[in-house]
Amino acid sequence: MTTFDLNFAEDYFTLFGLPREQALDLASLEKCFRAVQAKVHPDKHAHAGDSDRRLAMQWATRVNEAFQTLKSPGKRARYLLHLLGHDPQIESNTAMPVEFLMKQMELREAVMEARSAADEEALEAVRSSLLNEIKVEYQRLAELIDVTRDFTAAANLVRQLMFQEKLLNEIDDALEAVTA
Amino acid sequence: MALLQIAEPGESAAPHEHRLAVGIDLGTTNSLVATVRSGMSVVLNDASGRPLLPSVVAYAADGSVEVGYSAEARQSIDPRNTIVSVKRFMGRGRHDIAHIETLPYDFVDTEGMVKLKTIAGIRSPVEISAEILKTIRHRAEASLGGELTGAVITVPAYFDDAQRQATKDAARLAGLNVLRLLNEPTAAAIAYGLDNSVEGVYAVFDLGGGTFDISILRLSKGVFEVMATGGDSALGGDDFDHRVFCWIIEQAKLMPLSPHDARLLQMRAREAKEQLSQHGEAPITVKLGSGEYVDLLLTTEVFTEITRTLVQKTLAPCKKALRDAGLTVADVSGVVMVGGSTRMPQIQHAVAELFKQEPLNNLDPDKVVALGAATQANLLAGNRAIGDDWLLLDVNPLSLGLETMGGLVEKVIPRNSTIPVARAQDFTTFKDGQTAMAIHVVQGERELVTDCRSLARFELRGIPPMVAGAARIRVTFQVDADGLLSVTAREQTTGHQARIEVKPSYGLSDDEIAGMLKESFSHASDDAFRRALREAQVESQRLIEATQSALADAADLLSTLERAHIDAAVTKLQTVMIGDDRRAIDAAMQALSAATNEFAARRMNQSVQRALAGRNVDQLSL
Repeated sequence: MTTFDLNFAEDYFTLFGLPREQALDLASLEKCFRAVQAKVHPDKHAHAGDSDRRLAMQWATRVNEAFQTLKSPGKRARYLLHLLGHDPQIESNTAMPVEFLMKQMELREAVMEARSAADEEALEAVRSSLLNEIKVEYQRLAELIDVTRDFTAAANLVRQLMFQEKLLNEIDDALEAVTA
Repeated sequence: MALLQIAEPGESAAPHEHRLAVGIDLGTTNSLVATVRSGMSVVLNDASGRPLLPSVVAYAADGSVEVGYSAEARQSIDPRNTIVSVKRFMGRGRHDIAHIETLPYDFVDTEGMVKLKTIAGIRSPVEISAEILKTIRHRAEASLGGELTGAVITVPAYFDDAQRQATKDAARLAGLNVLRLLNEPTAAAIAYGLDNSVEGVYAVFDLGGGTFDISILRLSKGVFEVMATGGDSALGGDDFDHRVFCWIIEQAKLMPLSPHDARLLQMRAREAKEQLSQHGEAPITVKLGSGEYVDLLLTTEVFTEITRTLVQKTLAPCKKALRDAGLTVADVSGVVMVGGSTRMPQIQHAVAELFKQEPLNNLDPDKVVALGAATQANLLAGNRAIGDDWLLLDVNPLSLGLETMGGLVEKVIPRNSTIPVARAQDFTTFKDGQTAMAIHVVQGERELVTDCRSLARFELRGIPPMVAGAARIRVTFQVDADGLLSVTAREQTTGHQARIEVKPSYGLSDDEIAGMLKESFSHASDDAFRRALREAQVESQRLIEATQSALADAADLLSTLERAHIDAAVTKLQTVMIGDDRRAIDAAMQALSAATNEFAARRMNQSVQRALAGRNVDQLSL
């Protein structure tokens, strides 16, 4: 691997020239991503020398990673909190409000039931209500990070969202099993 | 009087030379080749004006090989030595192939990819596919009047690493320089998108002879972004033929068939299926070699009934791809139909019902993939015109992971990640004093290793003895723009490294390829030598041109000393490339490459900065 100078080591927000905000404007992110990717993508360097082509792949890989991280509100919040020095400690800190855990258990049971009954509609219903819930919480997350700057509360919310995102994956797996 | 033109120093004398590049659709049933001619993508016909090349290869006792229509004509006469639908065997083991017992071939039990015993000797699917590609290459070179710079070859989006690797090997064997492996539905989207200049979310439903793909793409000005892809790399028109074939046997109460009769009935089954796309019924009358007569009438109702489950099998991947893309049917602006098998009305109806809209059929489903591939080939070869500056962002179709304790899979790169992509994951030792680690790379969505496809195994040795759990082994997966994987493992405390380009389990090793090339050149070893030398010279010229154009653009990024260093490397390469010492040319190319590393990095940084700097985001354009 070659060594990279400062540019390559920049954080993802700086890379795209965007402010460090949770309430990121997705349209701007996409525009910046495309503008940068249009410069560095291997297809744009297919006829260049070996060094250029290798660099192009490394750059394109990094730009993709940056875009995927910033595009997803959950990943973006984790990354941003980490940059701000408030790592959400996803692996070590597992404390959750009891109420929240009860709700999650109920939902999980509903998913398992629907899965064993091969009830596609019930799964879709749980999925869309969960998606709505997550959407609301993403908005709260942006407020906690950008406006009130309550990073502890934000980190707690991020951990809860991880739970919900995992449940969403389980629903998708169930849907796949049911429709296959 | 005409004035003589003299190029500026450092500039190539012929910067706008048109490079011959083609797009090749290497299909299960038919193959095609297309190129961009005066800005238009066109399919290249054979000498008789036919666009398609049946993907059929016939071997004869005298060692001669026939490909295409003449081979197709031999399939019922000599089914054992006439290979059809070889694409279904690419990168596949014996147990992977459906209905293998009804196929007339003599399969050889080998580890990894199946091989076929023909009258001309044992042939791998890679070699058989290479025969098709050679015929295609000759057609293109004859038609374009010169040697090809490179080709884009399409593969089903749902092809795994082994199948992609096998395709790339076949192209190398056919003497083609592969500019890119391009996913078939993505190629179709390029052709469709550029033709209709549409924007929005499009689904490409691609049902070919042996494979099924569904891709969800977002088309916007200048960018084709694949959001998700799904499919079944062993589902296609052949399976519909097989259902009809089984129905004939059942209805006519036929005894076990000879290979000859089996092939004959399979051909009749396919004809009946094709006829049903136009008519309500299809008569099937055959006189078999056994003396038996078959006289049946296949109606649309019966055909719909016996193929219902196959049609259903295409719908689940569509739903899954939409979920992966985070979209619903309502978000889809259009459904583009690709592949000859989408001509079946049953498929058209099912797709219309699922997506709640009439599918788009305005491009020839047989040609659209090759046309799109030609456009991409033209761009990659450097024949750029104004308005051509679009960008393609594709994804990997299947998750990539590693085997962990208990035969479980740890996913490292999830499916539908935009490529190129790299991801690292840390692992640790299981036992005290463990000094080696077996790395097993797998591809697939299931949790158990045994349910996924094994891509490669390698060992990282020389880990310093530590207590269990203390070592930090970082395994890095890199998927390039062709969708091909390479894996690196590195012990973090000592920096001990092991690296592998994934291929051995199912692909061919470089030695095997070299052996096959040598064999095919055995009567013309001078040819092989000259070809290799010529390739090195072309590559050198390309490198020099690329360096000079970079120097012309951004000389200010270099100090005088750095510039002198690069200039010296260019001069050296220019001197040796005229000679016939291949090794000296390679060494000079490497030296020039090394001399320009830092320069390349600076230019890339500068171009990223320029892409964003001093401009309002709203004004960004591509």
